[in-house]
Amino acid sequence: MLARPGLPDFEYIKAETSQDVFEQMKDKGDDLKLLMGGTDLFVQMRDRGEGPGFLLDVKNLPGMQEISFDKKNGLKIGAAVALNSLSGHPNIQKYYSVLCQAADTVGNYQLRNRATLGGNICNASPSADMSPAALVYEGKVFLENPRGERELSLDQFWIGPGKTALEKDEFLKRIQFPTPPDKAVGCYHKLGRSKMGDLAIVGVALLAYPDSTTPAGIQFRIGINSTAPTAYRVPSVEEFLAQNPITDEILYKAAEGAMDISAPIEDQRATAIYQKKMVRNLVYKGLREVWEILK
Amino acid sequence: MAKHTITLIINGQTEELLVPSNMTLLHALRDQLGMTGTKNGCEAGECGACTVLVDGEPVNSCLALAVELDGREITTIEGLSSNGKLTPLQQAFADLNAVQCGYCTPGMLMAATALLRRNPEPTSEDIQKAMVGNLCRCTGYQRIIDAIMEASHQGGAQ
Repeated sequence: MLARPGLPDFEYIKAETSQDVFEQMKDKGDDLKLLMGGTDLFVQMRDRGEGPGFLLDVKNLPGMQEISFDKKNGLKIGAAVALNSLSGHPNIQKYYSVLCQAADTVGNYQLRNRATLGGNICNASPSADMSPAALVYEGKVFLENPRGERELSLDQFWIGPGKTALEKDEFLKRIQFPTPPDKAVGCYHKLGRSKMGDLAIVGVALLAYPDSTTPAGIQFRIGINSTAPTAYRVPSVEEFLAQNPITDEILYKAAEGAMDISAPIEDQRATAIYQKKMVRNLVYKGLREVWEILK
Repeated sequence: MAKHTITLIINGQTEELLVPSNMTLLHALRDQLGMTGTKNGCEAGECGACTVLVDGEPVNSCLALAVELDGREITTIEGLSSNGKLTPLQQAFADLNAVQCGYCTPGMLMAATALLRRNPEPTSEDIQKAMVGNLCRCTGYQRIIDAIMEASHQGGAQ
């Protein structure tokens, strides 16, 4: 007797090349879903008791599990790189520490051996932990289709909860990040119902770096999840920070500005007003933290 | 539904299996091979009762298809002790009463074995972080944490 009904029936297919993917997509249409870590997909299929007729395993395509970095070209992460591989990578730890911090808050250690960066991004969950960090490092997604490859910024890619700009004959191949500015520091602060292992009620990623051309002497990037249909940056707040010599009061005003921009809905994890106030508190906490390092 | 012939190296022994696409590693172990040490809990990747090692790394066997793991090395709870001799970690769980009902214990031991192999001298916080994905409804966790700490002083996972 099974504790739960198990996975609904489907046919597993392993793709070896991009051509395989395009052929299967054309042949099976909406009855096909792509499989990488499966940590969200399998849970959804079990909960719904139904799923696609075919799962196409794309994680073994060339490049899908590769990480490469050099200072000139930045960081390339294959879509099927598992979150533990990402957060254990020395160059990602050195240059993109906020990605590691965010990855280490996703689910639990076992899950992160399977859960992938590409899956987290393609799921387009408003609360995805990797999203704010990917935003502050200005990540771009590279999509492959039978006509070639195209590149989108993340705000172009996420179009709503669970919705992306992926065309029906297209898949995510990799995510790229430019080399961060010199002396950049950052952090990811996440509020869940428990200290570890939960989904984000609010998550805030901060990146800050010295910039002598601004009155503040510092540029800030702020990425926020869980409080709008997609994760988002707050450019007006970032600009406000850059244009004012930094004081504690300015940081608090900026955090209030982020709170005003946030647009959460009431959900099972928290009320909207609570989420808004937590946006303010986490942004303020993060700003204080990076400013203490850079001032 | 078509079935797939796969090979898994389970606790050092090569096993050939015929599995349907939707069979998870958990059910291949329990239902096809009769290896019921690996437990079925939430089937959602949250409780960790089904934790096994795949190529040495812990994964939730409820969220991995058997067919995906063709050719891989799997270590289950049945593969920890050898010739009836417990690992230091298993011994510490027994000595420090880190077990009550025991249902979570195989998953706990697999996750903690992996922790001690990658981090032989964990702090209490390291242990808590590594064990987030293993739920226990009996012990209150402290004895489990104590046992993992004790094992780290007694030669680790081995």
